[in-house]
Amino acid sequence: MAEAANEAGGGFPVDPLKQFEIQPIVPINVGGLDLSFTNSSLWMLITIGAVTALLTVATGRRALVPGRLQSVAEFFYETIANMVRDNVGSEGRQYFPFIFTLFMFVLFGNLLGMIPTSFTFTSHIAVTFFMAIVIFVAVTAIGFARHGLGYLRMFFPHGAPAWTAVILVPIEVISYLSRPISLSVRLFANMMAGHILLKVFAGFVLLMGVAGVVPLAALIGITALEFLVATLQAYIFTILTCVYLHDAIHMH
Amino acid sequence: MNPAMRRSPETPVSRPTARLLAAAVGALAALPLAALPLAAAEGGGSDGLPQLTQTDTFVGQIFWTIITFGILYFAMSKVIIPRIGEAMEERQDKIDDDLSRAEKLKRETEQVIEEYEAKLAEARGAARETVREATEAWEAQAAKREKKANEALAKKTAEAEERIAAAKQAALDNLKSVATEVSTAASAKLLGSAPSEADAQKAVEASLAEGGRG
Repeated sequence: MAEAANEAGGGFPVDPLKQFEIQPIVPINVGGLDLSFTNSSLWMLITIGAVTALLTVATGRRALVPGRLQSVAEFFYETIANMVRDNVGSEGRQYFPFIFTLFMFVLFGNLLGMIPTSFTFTSHIAVTFFMAIVIFVAVTAIGFARHGLGYLRMFFPHGAPAWTAVILVPIEVISYLSRPISLSVRLFANMMAGHILLKVFAGFVLLMGVAGVVPLAALIGITALEFLVATLQAYIFTILTCVYLHDAIHMH
Repeated sequence: MNPAMRRSPETPVSRPTARLLAAAVGALAALPLAALPLAAAEGGGSDGLPQLTQTDTFVGQIFWTIITFGILYFAMSKVIIPRIGEAMEERQDKIDDDLSRAEKLKRETEQVIEEYEAKLAEARGAARETVREATEAWEAQAAKREKKANEALAKKTAEAEERIAAAKQAALDNLKSVATEVSTAASAKLLGSAPSEADAQKAVEASLAEGGRG
């Protein structure tokens, strides 16, 4: 009955959260686990398909003077290569394919989510947190593999008086452990908030009639801003991964 | 089930506020991740953020993330990245190659210019030498001709002088004999007797010598 009131009594015409609902397309159940192929899975597939198709076509004709598409591919390549070199150093070379894949996956996931009626899988905490925790565990493993127990010195700044350990070590431990959370929540919250905002303003356009041109204008601006956010958040996610890798390899 | 709790923004919220709210909600929800199933159970599935309430999709989302990311990683690391890298390396090689070839050509050009200049200098030297030789030869020839001409002239002058001297002598001799004859004839007319030729000649010579002195 409350639902009906919401619909009839001047309720908001758009449900801004409906876009985040995961709907199964092909139900798959393996050993009691729900591995259904959903709209989220579909857009992940579209994302990797788009990335692979773009880069395959772009590198199909390897010209000495690169064409437009090839320039795009090389721009991505160089951006990430520079990022890895500047933030991780020469040891980061072996992680370049992973960082590159990560950037393309998140970037295209974010950008394809801007297509109306599409699904933004990066707006789901399960996906972003999983990626962040994998990065966190891998980086920690790399740190211990490189420095052994010496990696624990990460938690105490070099040169600080010994007694400050009482305060500093807990702070450092907490900040270290909160990395996967901040990394995943930053991406998830940004994508989610942006998409909610788009839907809310779209709702205002429908509600306000002729005056709806005002929120419509805002909507156009926000859409442009969301493209910027989509790109920026992919960049931030990737560069923070590089920074964590640097810490694991060089210890500050 | 509980639509009254549905978060439907009824007031226009500024973008930063919405951002902050969303971030706060996300952070709060993400921190106690273990408590999520509980919250979902309470929420009842259709309320609140689907990201937090549709917990039954978490495993599937993670599973498909692994699958798709894995495929993408494979495609990127085995095909795309080597291809882009190769193309860029090829270009770098080509640029380096072109640069070194340009450098080589430049060196060659410089060498050719040097050779040309050396040849030019040589040719100039040769030309100067030729001019000098020609001038010398011409001067020598001119000197020779001048000498010859001078000699010829001197010879002609000498001959002419000789001839004049001879003519003068002849004239003098002639004069003497005429004078002798005249004086002999005059003496014969005046004195009636002709002096001997030898006396007359002596007298003429003496008076000639006197005249020549005077």
